[in-house]
Amino acid sequence: MTARSLQSGAPAGERAATTPSLWARIWHNDAPGYLFLLPWLIGFLGLTIGPMITSFYLSFTDFDLLTSPDWVGANNYIRMFSNDPKFWASMRVTMFFVVFSVPLKLAFALAVAMLLNRGIRGLPLYRALFYLPSLLGASVAIAILWRQIFASDGLINKLLAMVGIMGPSWISNPKTSLWTLIILSIWQFGSPMIIFLAGLRQIPQDMYEAASLDGASKWRQFVKITLPLLTPVVFFNAIIQTIEAFKSFTPAFIISGGTGNPINSTLFYTLYLYQEAFGFFRMGYASALAWVLLALVSVFTAFSFLTSKYWVHYDE
Amino acid sequence: MSDASARLTVVTGAVSPTRKRITTILVHVALLAASICMLYPLLWLLAASFRPENEIFTSASIIPSSWSLDSYIRGWNGLRTGFGTFYLNSFIISGLSVIGNVMACSMAAYAFARLEFRGKNFWFAMMLMTLMLPYQVTLIPQYVLFRQLGWVNTFLPLVVPKFLAADGFFIFLMVQFFRGLPKELDEAAQMDGCSPWRIYWKIILPLSTPVLATAAIFTFIWTWDDFFGPLIYLSEMKSYTVMLGLRTFTDSTGESDFGGLFAMSVLSLVPIFLFFLFFQRMLIEGIATTGMKR
Repeated sequence: MTARSLQSGAPAGERAATTPSLWARIWHNDAPGYLFLLPWLIGFLGLTIGPMITSFYLSFTDFDLLTSPDWVGANNYIRMFSNDPKFWASMRVTMFFVVFSVPLKLAFALAVAMLLNRGIRGLPLYRALFYLPSLLGASVAIAILWRQIFASDGLINKLLAMVGIMGPSWISNPKTSLWTLIILSIWQFGSPMIIFLAGLRQIPQDMYEAASLDGASKWRQFVKITLPLLTPVVFFNAIIQTIEAFKSFTPAFIISGGTGNPINSTLFYTLYLYQEAFGFFRMGYASALAWVLLALVSVFTAFSFLTSKYWVHYDE
Repeated sequence: MSDASARLTVVTGAVSPTRKRITTILVHVALLAASICMLYPLLWLLAASFRPENEIFTSASIIPSSWSLDSYIRGWNGLRTGFGTFYLNSFIISGLSVIGNVMACSMAAYAFARLEFRGKNFWFAMMLMTLMLPYQVTLIPQYVLFRQLGWVNTFLPLVVPKFLAADGFFIFLMVQFFRGLPKELDEAAQMDGCSPWRIYWKIILPLSTPVLATAAIFTFIWTWDDFFGPLIYLSEMKSYTVMLGLRTFTDSTGESDFGGLFAMSVLSLVPIFLFFLFFQRMLIEGIATTGMKR
């Protein structure tokens, strides 16, 4: 303030600024911020908050897009939980997918990051190679490739045949179909790996030197130094990957041809929601499904944050 | 004293140079094996797209016995509308998305990182909340809204949200970067009578090319890859994106023409791969810095 009045050398202007009208003050203080925020604000109100409220309302209605919504109370939710085997099937599939794909992917990512963090030569090349599947993996093309790899006459079975094993048809067997999607997810461990690598670099090297002078084994160093100091990164990765896993859609859609078959074994929650909304035009029911998904993700996130103070190590 | 030094030699002696060397070699072997496993499917796809049709499913090798472009020619014209149209559509949508996202997100990020206004913390918290929101919750009303506006079957539902900074991730990315720029620059400019707009345009943006480029590249790749948006909003084949075209290929001719399908799959990955080739450093740093909460 003083610097500015000295600079301009106009105390009159300063005095005027202390007694302007309310509107002038708002214009001067708040308007620039809101003008810059305007596009986001319009989007936030018009494409996020407004639709959220509408969606919540629609979840209590029957709505087929052509006639106006019919209020049905909590019927959608009641039907979902008490009388919809497909809902439970999709819930099981999604939970199974999240519970297996996320920890395995993170374990892989951490293991490779630790190998890369040994100061080896060629780090940028390895890092890039491992990252490539993450970048390409979300594509329809990769889902198509996966469908061919695990088909009955696909690549995996061809390799197995070379060692004399007759492989099953991985995609059309309900016992293995979901695992092909889990493997696809693990294959894309590159981006959490990069985040782990950045986290590992923050750990002071002298901690390991001190520990090995004290005769601590590599495993003990990992459990007592690496893992605790890395928990913020583990926490971050786990949250991001879990939310991503809940939202996953394209691979299951492509690999099952949009059906979620065989026997609903790849019927991801998002796929079921898509079918209800854009296959059967049950928009009310689909909205209710969306709110249950949001509740699920929120409970998970809240649980992670609440428990984080017991296991996430924050360095002050 | 002598006891301690003895222990010291024991400890350092345990990691002899030869043993260290063996470990390094083993690490390289493990990493190389893992790289090959990771890349094998991609290389196989690439090889399959150049194989003569009758050889595609008989070979697991990644080197075709003879090279042929037949699959590409067949695939390119395999649908009623050619892939050329799909490419053009994808480029238009991705290009516009990049422009919209970089503009709108950098403006919002500048407001959050540099300007003071009432309610800033509240809006920032709201922005962070949208990062965790599953898009399904807003999906149906957005669809209804865009339908009422007559936007279904146009690119607008896919592009307009980008001009409204709908993807908070990029705002977050830019806020992190802008906060790292020295504040003295703004203050000096402000004393010289620069408006916030000029500071944003003449100082912040020119200094932020790394983060703007990262955001642009990620926006391009994610929009290019997007399947769900085009799936629900584009129903006429002439407005299809490459990803939708590929999916239609699997439905109609895909079961008989794997060569064409593979060739088009490879082509659909080319733009992403080029970004990877030329900008991988930027992409990797972008991921690493957003991962670190600072």
